[in-house]
Amino acid sequence: MSRLDLSGLRARPAQVWGAVRLVPLVRDEPITDLRLHRELYEDGPLTVRGERGTAYTAYVPHGFVANWTGDGSPAAAYGSQLGEERDPVVCAPLHLPRKLVQRRRGKDDGKGRAAGGPSGGLRFLPLHLALDGYLALHFGGPSIVWEEWTRRAVRDGLSPRAERAYRGEAVPGLDDALRVFEIHPGQCGVLVYVADALAAAFVVPHPDDYRALHPSLLQDLYGELMYQYALYGGPVPEFTVRIAAEYVTSLAELRSAAERREREWEGQHAALMAGELLDESYEVRQVYRMGRFRLSRFLPPFALHRTQHIGETITDGKGRVAYLKTFRLTEKQVRRGHVLHRLAAHDWHVGRTAEAMGISGPELVRRVTHLGFEGLLKQHTEAPAMRPG
Amino acid sequence: MESCPDLVAAEDVLLFVNAAITATGQREFRSGAAEQRLSLDFLHEYVRINYRPLYAASLALDINDHNAALIVRRLLETAGEATADARRTEGRLIAARLARLPAPRVYRLFRALRAAGVNNRRTRAIIRDWVTARPDPALDAVKYRAGLKSAARHAHLPLRGPGEDGGELGDFLFAPRRRTRFATPLLDAWRRAHYEQGALYELPFTVAEGFAAAHGIRRRAFLERIAPRMTRLERLRVQESARAHGAGVDRELSGMPLTRLASYVLGLTLDDRVARRAELTGALRAAARRTAGARAGTWGRVAAVLDDSYSTTGSRQKRRRPLATALACHFLLEALAESYLPLWTSGRRDALLAHPYGPTPLGMRVLDALEHAPERLVIVSDGWDNAPPGLAGEVLRVWRTRLDPRGATSVVHLNPVYDAEDFTVRRLSPVVPTAGVRDAEDLPALVQLARFAEGRTGLAELRAHLDERVRQFLAEAEAETVRRTEGAAG
Repeated sequence: MSRLDLSGLRARPAQVWGAVRLVPLVRDEPITDLRLHRELYEDGPLTVRGERGTAYTAYVPHGFVANWTGDGSPAAAYGSQLGEERDPVVCAPLHLPRKLVQRRRGKDDGKGRAAGGPSGGLRFLPLHLALDGYLALHFGGPSIVWEEWTRRAVRDGLSPRAERAYRGEAVPGLDDALRVFEIHPGQCGVLVYVADALAAAFVVPHPDDYRALHPSLLQDLYGELMYQYALYGGPVPEFTVRIAAEYVTSLAELRSAAERREREWEGQHAALMAGELLDESYEVRQVYRMGRFRLSRFLPPFALHRTQHIGETITDGKGRVAYLKTFRLTEKQVRRGHVLHRLAAHDWHVGRTAEAMGISGPELVRRVTHLGFEGLLKQHTEAPAMRPG
Repeated sequence: MESCPDLVAAEDVLLFVNAAITATGQREFRSGAAEQRLSLDFLHEYVRINYRPLYAASLALDINDHNAALIVRRLLETAGEATADARRTEGRLIAARLARLPAPRVYRLFRALRAAGVNNRRTRAIIRDWVTARPDPALDAVKYRAGLKSAARHAHLPLRGPGEDGGELGDFLFAPRRRTRFATPLLDAWRRAHYEQGALYELPFTVAEGFAAAHGIRRRAFLERIAPRMTRLERLRVQESARAHGAGVDRELSGMPLTRLASYVLGLTLDDRVARRAELTGALRAAARRTAGARAGTWGRVAAVLDDSYSTTGSRQKRRRPLATALACHFLLEALAESYLPLWTSGRRDALLAHPYGPTPLGMRVLDALEHAPERLVIVSDGWDNAPPGLAGEVLRVWRTRLDPRGATSVVHLNPVYDAEDFTVRRLSPVVPTAGVRDAEDLPALVQLARFAEGRTGLAELRAHLDERVRQFLAEAEAETVRRTEGAAG
């Protein structure tokens, strides 16, 4: 379990548009030996045949490619090598997304350069890692064939497992908020708040990458809650600066008061607004290693009645975040994770799990059914609970 | 002390004037065209009904052409609401304003009047007077054919000049096939241009462009041969496309209006601007000096905070308009001031290389400017102070209340963007007067007007100011008419 380390990133004053508040994160020293750029896939949903007659289908609007160098020298983002090409690179059909992270094979692969240089970057699909981690949570299903579980649950696990999300374009007002947002010099990230609830965090290594990837926030996934907040949540107020005039006697004092307000905002933002993301401790799983960087995904502890985020991150040797993308879970998604966690911890034994949770067995059965896993349970398990005595 | 309704009235009128200077009903950076139009329509309606004399008087101010045309149209549509006396004043104001509007806009206005079914005797007289005052009826007939035709049809114009043979112009517009040739050379060139390529080079540029496309003439050859027939602004407009086609169209940047020139400069790439630095700076400085006129160097120590944040991109319709205004103001203030300190929000020093970039830390820049203790501080910005939000307003408030209560530094905020939601331009702080600005050329007049916006002066003074402006405006217009008729006679 560990926390997200956003050191090196400073929050600048937020910009508000309707219900959306965008807080820019500025990096004093950009990371130059890891760069990201975007690829567009125009084929729509992708399907990949796997072994034993299984298939993986995904809608993938865009992918990220990370390029890095092993020796700390500057890496170039792919787009910048094409000279004036400012749009994302439109790509050939993507093969093998079954492995969600794959090394791109370049022509000079194997020349002994131990880095994801321009020819062979690391390709991954934004938020896929995080969502995959969440969807695959205890995907195997019951490990022991207790009588409550159906035959199918034991054979196929939780398959098919589904969650709903909204594209950024569907979230009302988000497009305008991103369009009128004024990107700060040196900006490497942004926190998106909808009706002052943290919807997503996005951090990249370099300001140029951010400038190129800023519109990609519109193609990302957002939870249903964010959609509803944006639809029904009214405009959020701007936190305008207040300076107490009584204590100001010179221009220098006025300036120091203004600077103090700026620092205060930074502290208040980290504590009050981003606290739920930064103070949580996460279960981090490393997925890929590239030079001094690690690509990993993280899951929250699935504690009930607390807003929680899943996400993926690239961290450097000291654990500082170079890349981050998060997705806010809805209350129901948190409950699903919670119940699955508890069941797995007690070997999927209904009675013991219920006891540990402090509820009765039938109540747990009711909850599992209610959370959309009714296919896992045999029909008659509920029957005794219905009949008193 | 003014009574409350008077103060409200003064505020309403200023609100409207600010809107009428900036709003064009086009898309802005933060709001769409429909929003802008809806908001502006409401404002026109409100002011026309409540303050009709002031509404008409605003024609004498430096409001933009879009709003001038709207006001004229609404005044004519609702002529019945005014007394006979008021109608006479309105009529003179309308005639004077129409004489200054560009011809295409006036023809568009006449068409709108036709569509709205406004056809009273007064409207017909106004159309007739305007059309007869046009210097070259044949040019109008060729260049604004549809416009003149619809105006003639709507107002029953005789279309017969004094020294002209029987109704050639009428035939040209309504039955061009009736005659095998026209006596007026321009009209005949138009007839011949349908089949003869050489003839189209005698036509005005915009008309010739259509014929060139019909004849399939290569753009480069066309531009080179039509160049002498272009107007000054057309020449400036096709400059870059001519260069892309390798056609030589000479540019004369001298004599161009300041803001127009700033827009042109901002349309060039940064490399071009560096390469032509001396020429561009020279042209901008010359235009600014010409605009400043006798006032050059009389403003003392001036500091300016100029907005070049990302929002000055404007919109597809108004490309970089806010930035162009700021750039033009920069050069004008340089000419007006004795010593001048420009502060761009992005921290850039080189004004010529200005481009929209980054957030708007207005507050910090205002602080920087105040440190130099200027006599005048001019802020040109759309008022979206966002890094941090509201700091500029607080700095100005504390400065005014605590550090400079006697007003040694006069501060004015000029805003080039109409905020559709607030029905006016966005303010930074109640203690600082805000005025809308469209062309930097109006800056001195706007600074004068802005003092009314401080809320201390009431309706009586404002009315006196407006009356004075109306008197000047009408006197100028009449002098112009006299000059023209004398010129025509001599």
